[in-house]
Amino acid sequence: MKARLMEGSEAIAEAMVAAGCRFFAGYPMTPFTEVLEHMARLLPAVGGTCINAESELEAIGMAWGAAAAGVRAATGSTGQGLSLMQESIAEASTAGLPLVILNMARAQGDYFQATRGGGHGDYRTPVLAPIDLPEAVRLAQLAFHLADTWRNPVVFFGDYYLAHTYQSVGVTPLDFGPLPQKNWALDGSTSGTGRARLVSPLGDLKQRDGVGFDLADFYLRQADKLTTMIDGVQPLAETSGCEDAEVIVTAFGSPAKYIRAAVDALRADGRSVGYFRPITLFPFPAAALRQATASAGHVLVYENNLGQMIDDVRLALLGSADIRFIGGLSLDSSGFGIAPDLDVALLTERIRRSLDSAARAR
Amino acid sequence: MSEILRQTRIDGKLVLRTETAPADARLVDDFTPRLIDVGAHHLCPGCGEPIAMRSVLEIIDELGATDRAIGVFGIGCYTAFSNNLDCEVAQALHGRAPPVATGIKRVHPNAVVFTIQGDGDMANEGLQEVLHTAARGERVTCVMLNNGVFGETGGHITATTVIGQRTKNTLDGRDGRKDGYPIRVSDLIAQLDGASFVARCTVNTAGNVANARRMIQRAFQHQIDDIGFSFVEILTMCPTGWFIDTAEAPGYLTEHLAATHQLGVVKDTRA
Repeated sequence: MKARLMEGSEAIAEAMVAAGCRFFAGYPMTPFTEVLEHMARLLPAVGGTCINAESELEAIGMAWGAAAAGVRAATGSTGQGLSLMQESIAEASTAGLPLVILNMARAQGDYFQATRGGGHGDYRTPVLAPIDLPEAVRLAQLAFHLADTWRNPVVFFGDYYLAHTYQSVGVTPLDFGPLPQKNWALDGSTSGTGRARLVSPLGDLKQRDGVGFDLADFYLRQADKLTTMIDGVQPLAETSGCEDAEVIVTAFGSPAKYIRAAVDALRADGRSVGYFRPITLFPFPAAALRQATASAGHVLVYENNLGQMIDDVRLALLGSADIRFIGGLSLDSSGFGIAPDLDVALLTERIRRSLDSAARAR
Repeated sequence: MSEILRQTRIDGKLVLRTETAPADARLVDDFTPRLIDVGAHHLCPGCGEPIAMRSVLEIIDELGATDRAIGVFGIGCYTAFSNNLDCEVAQALHGRAPPVATGIKRVHPNAVVFTIQGDGDMANEGLQEVLHTAARGERVTCVMLNNGVFGETGGHITATTVIGQRTKNTLDGRDGRKDGYPIRVSDLIAQLDGASFVARCTVNTAGNVANARRMIQRAFQHQIDDIGFSFVEILTMCPTGWFIDTAEAPGYLTEHLAATHQLGVVKDTRA
């Protein structure tokens, strides 16, 4: 498709449809609502279904059913709505359901919700956090590929700015390589054949296999899948000017755009500072961060929250650098996480002060 | 018959031997519908759920829908059936089977999609889900196995427990003033325009099983003919959860459960 001026929410919806998503269910909540609206418009035209569910619990239940039936399916919400979905996300992972979940956050206080999850049991979900529309278009499609590869939910982490920014962007279907057959998906055709399929968080073994509910065997297989997935999903990161920098500033999502511009301005000013952005929030690009900070003694972490990603930075560096938090809560009156401090001049000054203080500490 | 009922003494106890059926007798296996893999199950003696489950599967087979049947199971004693049936099953979370069935049906409109839930699963945990699925007129058939008790947890009050019924947390019997009043789920669903067939039946006598089969058949026919959402509530015995002798359960069901949850077709838009 030729590039055209699109709002972020439309670009995300177009990318999901380009990736072959044919089922979407959601309950309105800004800034997720806008994606839901576009899916309601786009899906019927390609023979897909979009349902405005009566609650987030039902939205993810419907997407669960569609994914179990073998089509690419997605749902999502914002903060509170995703809190309601946590039980299903956890069990969908155990049931081996390839779901894509949009976490269209307000500010960045839902980093832990997205990367750790609030559900029960041993499960993890890959989390992709784009900085702008071209990257969102790519990652929205990659999310489906990863979900199908690992038979696991994958979280796409967006925000208000991403959903509402207009940018000229082209959406073309991307080929990420071969995928396993969905010979486990339900369509009714194996009923009565002596080998009827079962898609269940309690395991897919049946009494006819001589075992029935062998949960130990099933959970161990799931644990193995989880480990393989965590090792197998390629961690992605963007770096700039890290080779020789004494201080590295990290940020993710839309706010990283402002940090990147501030770091560029400081480097133009002759300061020794680099920029690091995790694109996959899980698995966190720890090795890339260690490499980027090899020559740096100080790492500054900007987040639009009280400090969540900073835990992953600490875990990645394990004490090898001085780590300081330079973010803060988004206290805008709209409640949509439109941080007043997302201002390049203001952030440049904040980073400059940190650089000066770091220099004094040396 | 006399051969089947031949009596033997083992360790001084009188035992009825049933393994030597006469040549013309029909055995359980002869009646096993195609959708059952392994007939064995671990549910309690006297439980009504296997009879209800079997009735549903027999009707699906009789309607010629075996090769396009997909079940969605809730969480309860009946969840055990998900691994001994030869029917495709998506296991849902507690209360969430109707939206899962919705997703499946929208993807495969020609499949015959049904849910199996208990009263705890459907009326307690997931009442909103089934009501909205009915209101949307989803072309699925939801089956509620109603025994008025959380059987799997060991006999606790549910939304359909009748007044006076003793459970582990209503030891003196359900008191409306204290414990609230039972919800008549079928009557609730029948009010919704999206629901085209709603019926309540039971499996406590041979005659009632025959009636239940007719109602289940009509419910699935509504789905197959694309008429609307169809719903069957099946009252099932739970002697364990009712804390009574197994043999008393069918009578108890008639006297207590069915007195509040009355049997019959509640709604049929085609009638």
